Amino acid sequence: MTFAITRMMAPVPVVGNPLPIGGGAEKITIRKLNFYYGDHCALKDINVSLYAKKVMAFIGPSGCGKSTFLRVLNRIYDLYPNQRAEGEVLLDGKNILAADQDLNLLRARVGMVFQKPTPFPMTIYENIAFGVRLYERLSKSELDGQVEQALRRAAIWEEVKDKLNANGLSLSGGQQQRLCIARTIAVKPEVILLDEPCSALDPIATAKIEELIDELKNDYTIVIVTHNMQQAARVSDFTAFMYLGEMIEFNTTTFIFTNPENRRTQDYITGRFG
Amino acid sequence: MMMLYARRRFRNMTMLVLSVGATLAGLGWLVLILWTLVVEGMSGLSLKVFTEMTPPPGSDGGLLNPIVGSLIMTSLAVAVGTPIGIFAGTYMAEYGRYSPLTQVVRFINDILLSAPSIIVGLFIYEVMVAPMGHFSAYAGAVALAVIVIPVVVRTTEDMLLLVPKELREAATALGMPRLYVIRRVSYRAAKAGILTGILLAIARISGETAPILFTALNNQFFSADLNAPMASLPAVIFQFALSPYKDWQKLAWTGALIITLAVLALSIIARMLAASRKTS
Ligand SMILES: Nc1ncnc2c1ncn2[C@@H]1O[C@H](COP(=O)(O)OP(=O)(O)OP(=O)(O)O)[C@@H](O)[C@H]1O
Ligand SMILES: [Mg+2]
Repeated sequence: MTFAITRMMAPVPVVGNPLPIGGGAEKITIRKLNFYYGDHCALKDINVSLYAKKVMAFIGPSGCGKSTFLRVLNRIYDLYPNQRAEGEVLLDGKNILAADQDLNLLRARVGMVFQKPTPFPMTIYENIAFGVRLYERLSKSELDGQVEQALRRAAIWEEVKDKLNANGLSLSGGQQQRLCIARTIAVKPEVILLDEPCSALDPIATAKIEELIDELKNDYTIVIVTHNMQQAARVSDFTAFMYLGEMIEFNTTTFIFTNPENRRTQDYITGRFG
Repeated sequence: MMMLYARRRFRNMTMLVLSVGATLAGLGWLVLILWTLVVEGMSGLSLKVFTEMTPPPGSDGGLLNPIVGSLIMTSLAVAVGTPIGIFAGTYMAEYGRYSPLTQVVRFINDILLSAPSIIVGLFIYEVMVAPMGHFSAYAGAVALAVIVIPVVVRTTEDMLLLVPKELREAATALGMPRLYVIRRVSYRAAKAGILTGILLAIARISGETAPILFTALNNQFFSADLNAPMASLPAVIFQFALSPYKDWQKLAWTGALIITLAVLALSIIARMLAASRKTS
């Protein structure tokens, strides 16, 4: 039933690189990506290019596969034996879905902030320092500096600077989320995946995170999932609209928000989605 | 209408009387046992109990050799059984969570967990005592270890399974190797629970008599030789309590009280750890 409706409503699924616009260097190129949870196909024939040092926003109704899409990019799904991806995901031209891909290396290059905040059961300081130590040998003072810098950039330093030895779990939900953002940027990945990073944050913290995203894009490639249209419009250079596991439309954010080609994209953006 | 309510009230009363009665009956026995134990045990409790050897019938003595023997064999059993149990539990909850081997191991472990301990004693007798030709503390410790392992396997697995998968994912997403994720994140989150399991395992083996009688037997004298029979509290209690000598019987009560207090202390610590796990 839903299937029939989808078919009816989706005139032209995007194929190949849809961009009429020059997006710059491609950081990640995705070709014919299908993803399965057991037998359930959660991503259907996704083709898209993610551009270096740009912000790509993914929008779409709940359950359309946005989180799933992010989980492919760092192969975190690999933890579960019944989940699998087919197709190609090229990171700097190299297929990360290949069997010989070093997963720890991939995850060091592609960092992720999850939908739910997940501080480690250790001190606030250790939450950040832990990841840094995996990649760098630093003196105590250098490490302190890195921790402070990461916490500052994630707009949480002022709130935690006096209790760096408190347990990360003692923070509020929104603070925990910013701690997780700090943790991810502290290890300096090339690509940062953000799964609704602001869903638990107040407007002030949200504004700070958006500022951070703006600043981070000077160095990093950022993929953000959000349910907040204004946020997508504010922070992203490109926007993708997904629906029931398909990529319905991908284009510059200005284009998507002013002149979407697909009616469903338009309905979703204007809130007329039913 | 009134009839209906009267009948319901009556049924309710009956049920209440039955459950309160059953509770009192159960508790009554427990109180009686503890009371006798404390009264009988306290009367023999003195410093001598901890400083002198088990006496021949009719003379004075203490419980030093069985206390030391119990401590030695329990420590050995925990030292051997805990790592094995933790490694196996870790395999089941982390590396092999989805593997069929885990199902098999879990099934066997559950059987072992509820197996009567006398079977463990007999088994170790067959594979260690008989071939070696004599009883020994080694055999006693191994028998106790065999009882420790399934308890630790079970709690380790359960506690690791309780660690939210989001935490594992978050650590993995930082590029952390599997070993780090387990050691630095999963273990840390499950630490209090795993420790509780170990304490409960110790409490469980500290009163085991059957496996000891088949393996370490008993020793009237002080011996630190692990390759020879060794005294232990349960074995001494067993021997002294069944003897016709008054002073031996008194020492048996005292030994029983010491074990009970030790187990009580362990249980309290375990509860405190479990509580700290909930609040942290
Ligand atoms: N672990 C899982 N096992 C089986 N199916 C899953 C699993 N996770 C997600 N799915 C299914 O895959 C589809 C896509 O889920 P996904 O979490 O990617 O959606 P989403 O777009 O992120 O939604 P939301 O906006 O609510 O976060 C859904 O139909 C969901 O039921
Ligand atoms: Mg999601």
